[in-house]
Amino acid sequence: MRRAYFKNNWIAALMVAPQLLIIFVFFYWPTSQAIYWAFTLEQPWGGGNEWVGFENFRQLLTDSQYWDSVRVSVIYAIATTALAMGMALILALFADRQLTGYKFYRVGLIWPYAVAAPAVGLSFRFIFNPSAGLFSYINHLFPGLWDPIMNGSHALFMVIVAGAWKQIAYSFIFFLAALQSIPRSLTEACAMDGSGVLRRMWDLQLPLMAPTFFFLLVINITDSFTDSFGIVDTLTVGGPARATNLMVYKIYEDGFRGLDYSGAAAQSIILMLLVIALTFFQFRFVERRIHYS
Amino acid sequence: MIERTPILNIVTHLILFVGLLMLMVPLYLTFTAATLTMEQISQIPPRLLPGDQLFVNIAEAWTRSDFSQKFVNSFILATGVVTGKVILAAMTAFGIVFFNHRLRMPIFWLVFITLMLPLEVRIVPTYAVAANALTPFQAILDATGLSRLIAWISGVEVHLEWNLLNSYTGLILPLVATATGTFLYRQFFLTIPDELVEAAQMDGAGPVRFLIEHLVPLSRTNIAALATIMFVYSWNQYLWPLLVVTDPSYGVVAVELGHLVPNSNSTGGGDPQWHLAMAGTLIVMVPPVLVVIFMQRWFVRGLINTDK
Repeated sequence: MRRAYFKNNWIAALMVAPQLLIIFVFFYWPTSQAIYWAFTLEQPWGGGNEWVGFENFRQLLTDSQYWDSVRVSVIYAIATTALAMGMALILALFADRQLTGYKFYRVGLIWPYAVAAPAVGLSFRFIFNPSAGLFSYINHLFPGLWDPIMNGSHALFMVIVAGAWKQIAYSFIFFLAALQSIPRSLTEACAMDGSGVLRRMWDLQLPLMAPTFFFLLVINITDSFTDSFGIVDTLTVGGPARATNLMVYKIYEDGFRGLDYSGAAAQSIILMLLVIALTFFQFRFVERRIHYS
Repeated sequence: MIERTPILNIVTHLILFVGLLMLMVPLYLTFTAATLTMEQISQIPPRLLPGDQLFVNIAEAWTRSDFSQKFVNSFILATGVVTGKVILAAMTAFGIVFFNHRLRMPIFWLVFITLMLPLEVRIVPTYAVAANALTPFQAILDATGLSRLIAWISGVEVHLEWNLLNSYTGLILPLVATATGTFLYRQFFLTIPDELVEAAQMDGAGPVRFLIEHLVPLSRTNIAALATIMFVYSWNQYLWPLLVVTDPSYGVVAVELGHLVPNSNSTGGGDPQWHLAMAGTLIVMVPPVLVVIFMQRWFVRGLINTDK
C-alpha cells in the first residue's frame, strides 16, 4: 500500500472533475434518461411523459419482430465468435512456432483489426454482390444460387462472414500474447519428456490458455452485440425483410427512423442488462475460477 | 524449440498461408476493383488481375466525395479524441492514486462502470443530450427549485442551452471519456515507488509539478500505447458521427463510405459505381492500417494492457 501522498485534496478534485463531468453528461444522464423513457410513454401533442410501468417492455416482448431480432443477434453472436476465435486460435498456435516468416505472418494477421467497420461492410458488399465481380460469375454459372439482396439467410451469412473477418485479428493478438507468456522452461520440460509439437499444443498450451480463451469468449460475444452497427448499416441496412436486423441496429431504426423513443429505450435497457450480465459473469466466474499460476 | 519436424513445418506454413490468404483476399478484391473501369468490373467471367485505373478512380472518388475536407475532419476528430483521452485519463488516474481521500475507490468505479455500456446501446438518449449538452444541469436546477428561485430574484428565466450537433466539440467530447485509459494509467501509477514521491516532495515539488515533470516522462510508453489504439478507435467511429453531423462540411471519412454506394433497399439509387466505391474504401482504410503496422509494438501492448 502506498504511504506517500500529496496533501492538497482540492487539486485531486480538479484532476478528476473534467472526466467525471463528461461521464455525468454523456453517460450517466443518458442512461438515466433511457430508464425514464423505458417506463414512460410520450403523449401525442406534447404534454410530457406518462408513467406506464412495464407496458413498453410487455409490448416489446410480445412483438414477434423483436424476437426475430433477438434470434438473429444470437445467431450472429455465436457464429462470429466461433468462427473468429476458432480461426484465431489455430493460427496463433501455429504462428507461435516462430518458423521463418513469423513476423510477416504476424503483421498479415493483425492488420484487419485497423479496418473501419463501414469499410469492411462495403468491401464485403462488393465481394458478395450478386451482380458484379466474383459472385456474379457464380450466379452466371448457376443462376439463382446466391442472392443476398432477396434471400435473408444469404444476407445473414454475409454479415457473419464480414463480422468474423473483422474479429479474427483481435483474438489472434490475445492468443499469441498468451502463448508467449508460457514459460519456456515448461515447453522444454515437455520436449524432454518426449512430447512433440502437437502433443504440447494439446496438453500444455491449450490448458494454459484457458483464462484467455474465456476472456475472449465474453469480449467477442459482447462486441458482437454492440459493435455490429457499422457492418450491418453498410452491408445490408438490416434487410432483406429484417433478416439481418440485429438488436443494436433495431434500436437505431426504432429510435431515429421510427421516432419511438420509449420502445428504443426499452430495447436499450434490455441490451444494457445483457451486456452487464456478460461482464459480471466474466468478472465473477471467469476471472476468479479459471486461473492457473 | 529446436527439433526437426519437416512435415509439420510444411503443414504449419500451409495453415498460416491459408489463414493469411483468407484475410488478404477481401483486400485484394477491393484493390483490384479500385483499379478497373466500371465495364471491366461487370464483365463475365470476372477480371481478377489489377487494371491501370487506380489513380484515375482515386482522384474521381476524392473529388466526388470531397475527401479533402473529410480527411481533415477525421484527423481533427482522431487528434482531438486521442489528446483528450490521454490527458483526461492521466489526470483522473493521478487524482485517485496519489491523493489520500475517501472517494478514491468510488470515483474509480464510477469511471470503470462506463466500460460496460458502450455508446451504441445508449445511443438515443446520448444523441438527445448532444442536442443540448446542458439539459442535465437544467433538469437539476428545475428539480431543486433553484431555477424558480433565480427567476424570482433576478427576473430572468433560466434557460441553458448548448447545442453540440454539427460541431467538432459534439464529435469529440462524448468520445473522450475513457475507462480503459484511466485503468491503464492507474495500473502504471500504482507501480511508482513511494520513494519517488517522497523525493519529489522533499525537493519541494507540488502535485502538478510532480505529474508533469516525473509521471508524464515516465509514462511515455503508456501514452504511445494508448494513443495508438485510440487513434484507430476514433478514426473508425461510425455511428456517432453519422448522427451528430448532418452538415457535410463536418463529415468524416468513415461516414462518407456509407454514401459511396446507393442503398440497395431504397429505390432510385442507380447502379452502384463499384470502382469508385472501392477506391474510396481503400483510401479510408490506409491511415489506421499504417498506424497498426508501423506502431505494431505499441498497439499490441496497449491492447493487451487495457484488456480492450
